[in-house]
Amino acid sequence: MGEQSVGVNGGGAVASAGSNVGIAFQGVGKAFGDVVALDGVTFEIDRNSRIGIVGPSGGGKSTLLQLTAGLLEHDVGTINVEGETTTEGRLSRCAMMPQRDLLLPWRTALDNAMIAIENRGVTKKDARAKTRPYFEHFGLAKFEDVRPDALSGGMRQRVSFLRTLMAEKDILLLDEPFGALDSITRGQMQEWLLRALGDVPRTVLLVTHDVDEALLLSRTVVVMSARPGRVVRVIDVGLQTEGHSRREIVTSPEFIELKESALEAIE
Amino acid sequence: MSTQAPEQPAADAMAAEAPPIRKRSSVWVRFWRNYGLALLFVIAMIVIWQLWIKIFDVPKYLFASPTAIVTSLQKDWARYLEPNIWPTLSEVLIGFGISVVVGVGLAIILHLFTPLRRAVYPLLIGSQTIPIVVLAPILVILLGYGLLPKVVIVALICFFPIVVNGLDGLRLVDDDFIAMMRTLDATRWSIFRKVEFPGALPSIFSGMRVAATFAAIGAVFGEWAGSSQGLGYLIQASTPNLQTARIFAAILLLTLIAMALFGLVSLLERIFCPWVSRGGAL
Repeated sequence: MGEQSVGVNGGGAVASAGSNVGIAFQGVGKAFGDVVALDGVTFEIDRNSRIGIVGPSGGGKSTLLQLTAGLLEHDVGTINVEGETTTEGRLSRCAMMPQRDLLLPWRTALDNAMIAIENRGVTKKDARAKTRPYFEHFGLAKFEDVRPDALSGGMRQRVSFLRTLMAEKDILLLDEPFGALDSITRGQMQEWLLRALGDVPRTVLLVTHDVDEALLLSRTVVVMSARPGRVVRVIDVGLQTEGHSRREIVTSPEFIELKESALEAIE
Repeated sequence: MSTQAPEQPAADAMAAEAPPIRKRSSVWVRFWRNYGLALLFVIAMIVIWQLWIKIFDVPKYLFASPTAIVTSLQKDWARYLEPNIWPTLSEVLIGFGISVVVGVGLAIILHLFTPLRRAVYPLLIGSQTIPIVVLAPILVILLGYGLLPKVVIVALICFFPIVVNGLDGLRLVDDDFIAMMRTLDATRWSIFRKVEFPGALPSIFSGMRVAATFAAIGAVFGEWAGSSQGLGYLIQASTPNLQTARIFAAILLLTLIAMALFGLVSLLERIFCPWVSRGGAL
C-alpha cells in the first residue's frame, strides 16, 4: 500500500496535550445483579497505541468495551479515556465498530459509511462528497450505491470500519470485528486492518476471542479470565509488522512464543 | 485525493470479491408461482358452487349462483351498484387515511414518551374490547347521517392494528444499532429518524395491511347504523326484498374494495421498504 494514506482527519488525535493516557482502567468492577462481569480490572495504554483484549466467552469483554465507550456505568474504580472520566465524555471520544456489521439495510453502502458525518449536522450531499473518495481505498469502489444485502461479508465489515473511522474519534473500539466471517476472509481482513491502522494512528481497543488476531493487531494484549473477568496476564507484543505479510508474522517463532504464553494464560 | 484514474485496479485484491448474484425469473413465472394455486382454488370453488345450485335446484332467493351474481352485476350496475360504490369507497379511503395518520402519529408519540405510553396503552387496548357494532349507532346519533360517522367508525376500527404494530416495530429495533449510533454522535432525534422509524416501517405496513381488510367492514357497520347510500345500505335494503343475487354482487364489490386497498398498501410497502424481501407473498 506504500505511502498512500487513508487521510481521515485525526479529529484532534494530537490535541489536548498534557497526559499521554489513551485508555486507563483502575480497579474497575461491574456487576449485573448477582453476576459479576468485571472485577478489579486494571490496565493502561498510551495514546495511539493498540490494545487487544482476549479471553473466553462470557468473560466480560464486551462489557469492558461498553464501559470504555461510556455506554454503561461502572460500579467501582475509575475509567479514564484521554482524560475523560464521565460517560458522556467517554462517549464523545470513542467510536465503536460492532461485532455484527450493523449496517442499516435501508441505506446504501455510502450512506451507511457517512452516517457519523450526517449526525454532526452536515447535509447529505456534503457528507456523501466527503465519504465517497474513501471507497476506492477500502476496496469498495463501484459499490457506493449498493445496499448492504448485496455486499459480501468482508465488504460489509469494511463499510462498517469506514463508518467508524468517519466518526473522526481518537479512539476506535472494535468488538470482535471479524467474528462473523469465515476463517479465510477473516485472515484477509486482519491483514487489511493491520495496514489500514498503520495509516491512521489511533488508540485502538480490540476485543476478540481469537488470540492470533489480538497478537497481530495490537501492541499490548490483555488476557482475561472467565467470569468474573479479571486481568490474568498482560503481554507486551512488540512484533515488527512493518513490511511483513500476515503469514510471515503469524508463523514467526516470536509470534508462536507469544501465542503460547497467551494460550497458557487463558487456561 | 484518489479520484483521477477511474480504471485503476482496486487498492487491494479483495475488491475482486463478487457480491451475491440474484436471479430474476420472468413476471409470468413469478405470478404463477405466487398466485397460481390460489387462482386454481378459486376457480374450483366457483365451479362446485355453480354445480351445487344446479344439481340441488336451490331457489334463487335462498342462495345466488355465480352466474346469477354476474347477471346481477350487469343488470343492477347502473341503477343500484355503481351509485353505491362511491359513498362506501370514500368512507373507506378517508377513514383509512385518517387511521394511518393518527395511528402512526400516536405510535411515534407513545414510543418517544415512555410515561405517556404507560398511561395510555392499557386504555387503548381496553377501548378495543368495545364492539364497534354497538358504538356505530351512538356515533350516528352524535354525528348525524352523513359521511362523518362512517369515516370515524372506519378510522376507529383501522387505527388499532396500526398503533400496535407501529409501537412494536419501534420498540423492537435492535439495541446494538442504537448503541452504535450513540458512539457515532447521534442525537435522540437522529436515532429515531435514521434507525427506529425506518426499522419500524415494515411493521407499520403490516399493521396497515391488517387495517385495510377491516376498513370495508367498518364502512358497512357505519352504513347499517344509519344511512341512505353505500354498499352496506344496499345490502340492508335488498334483504327484505330477497334480492339475493344483488346482495352477493354488493358483497363482491366490498371484497374488491378491501383487496384493492390491501394491494395499494403492499405496493406502497414495496416502494417505501425496497430492502424488505417478502418472498413473493402479497
